[in-house]
Amino acid sequence: MPRIGRLLHGAGLLAVFAVTIFPFYWMVSSSFKTQTDLLASPPVWLFTPTLANYADVFADQKVVGAIVNSLVVAVFSTGLAVVLGTPAAFALARYEFRGKSDLWFWFISNRFISPIVLALPIYLVAQNIGLLDTHLVLILVYITFILPIVVWICTDQFRSIPRDLEEAARLEGASQFDIFWRIYLPLGVPGIAVSAIFGFIFSWNELLYALVLTRRAVQTAPVVATSFMSGYELPWGKIMATGTVIVLPVTIFALLVSRHMVRGLTMGATK
Amino acid sequence: MSTARPRRSPSGYGRLTPLWFLAPAVLALLVIGIYPTLFAAVTSLRRYNLTRSRDGFPFVGLDNYQQVLSDPTFWETLGRTAKFFLCVMPFEIALGLGIALLLHQPGLGGLRALARVSLVVPLATTYAVVGLLGRLIFNRDFGIANSFIGLFGLPSFDWLGNSAGAFAAICVMDVWQWTPFCALIFLSGLSMVPVEIEEAARLETASKIALLRNVQLPYLLPGLTAMLILRSADVLKLFDVVFTMTRGGPGAATELISVYIQRVGFRVFDLGTASAQALLLLIITIILARVYIRFFYREIE
Repeated sequence: MPRIGRLLHGAGLLAVFAVTIFPFYWMVSSSFKTQTDLLASPPVWLFTPTLANYADVFADQKVVGAIVNSLVVAVFSTGLAVVLGTPAAFALARYEFRGKSDLWFWFISNRFISPIVLALPIYLVAQNIGLLDTHLVLILVYITFILPIVVWICTDQFRSIPRDLEEAARLEGASQFDIFWRIYLPLGVPGIAVSAIFGFIFSWNELLYALVLTRRAVQTAPVVATSFMSGYELPWGKIMATGTVIVLPVTIFALLVSRHMVRGLTMGATK
Repeated sequence: MSTARPRRSPSGYGRLTPLWFLAPAVLALLVIGIYPTLFAAVTSLRRYNLTRSRDGFPFVGLDNYQQVLSDPTFWETLGRTAKFFLCVMPFEIALGLGIALLLHQPGLGGLRALARVSLVVPLATTYAVVGLLGRLIFNRDFGIANSFIGLFGLPSFDWLGNSAGAFAAICVMDVWQWTPFCALIFLSGLSMVPVEIEEAARLETASKIALLRNVQLPYLLPGLTAMLILRSADVLKLFDVVFTMTRGGPGAATELISVYIQRVGFRVFDLGTASAQALLLLIITIILARVYIRFFYREIE
């Protein structure tokens, strides 16, 4: 009985792994196939890999430009969210003041807002002030969903920093800002890093705002990936190679923060 | 008699100190989040169709709302969104629980770690790319889905060219992407069960079902509630996968609420109506967020 149980357990775990990874595997393997192999029916599992699709992708100015755009937007929106969010997290973790819980709830509730709700008005406002199709508009908009995560994760992290350190610094005449800058920021680095990685992943993956708020100049990687889906015969190899190039960096980042994945996605409902 | 008040409280900060730290974040969210929302509220009271801008954008009061609420398509898409939620959740919960139990079971450490880590991959995969993959997997002529059902002797099927097939296909991709989320939440619930209690229960009963029902279930329920609320908010937001995979078609078979509002706003350019729809969606979302917060952040107060 225990032997059969062990076997079933192992088989179950293998099945979980196989099904979870399969679409990812299928994308990567398709990206190394020739068009003939891709259109084969039934699909082929063994084939001679080709790098032609990747050569195609990296020779395409549109794709390369889009990846650069995505990178610029993700880095700056995450950076800005960290700069704005860490002081707020410090205040929420350390001070008592009226309306604190309301403010906290307001930050958290941004997690629920559907992008389409904000996309329309932001489109109208951006159009009026000439911000459509700029990096800036995406960087600013992405703050609305990165900032709540930074505030949430960093508040949690700052709360775990022992108060004695702060008392000692205060006796030596440190200002509140010194305490934030010299004690909380350095000791909070792990939390800040985790929230920044989440910010980067969410920003990198975002499609709706990017689709609506950009035209030609600032198309991001997901927008360009979807733009291949027109025409009669689709260049599947190139599409899958582009997909792989887009997904690979965020997958690596996600593996780095895999222990925090649930906390990041639920904003802390479960530890 | 001097009445000089201390400038600082004993804890070393003035009454306004928190404000300085909070102001940047609050101002940013006010300007980027609230101001456009108010703008949308004003727009929703106007006739604001970009294809007919020659008429100007006159105020029409609550006409847009009345029109949206009496628009059968709006209710159909909301209903379809609810149906989507009801189709995917049972699978995500059942499979998620099964996976969590497999991962919680002692033994086979290496394999368990491998399976656990792999769960992160779907969660991080760019949604638009999930949609592209869906189009490849469910392709009528050379998709792997057809060779899979072929194993059971079923004939090839035009998944994405068929209402029921397309709906099933977006459900499958959603189940693939979000079951890991449920599994990881359940797993963290299972790991909260005190070890002594679980050991004692294992000695007392050999039945896994009794163990699950009597010992582990209470630790799983908060996670289940979180899952239901967050996933319903996410389904209301769901756009990328559907847009890349089916554009809401064929017909309106996969047009969920976010896809519909995007179409009205940015493919029909009727921004007044779309703003009214978006604000109605916002109200639903705020209610969901309040419920969520009420459940999970009580300890802060």
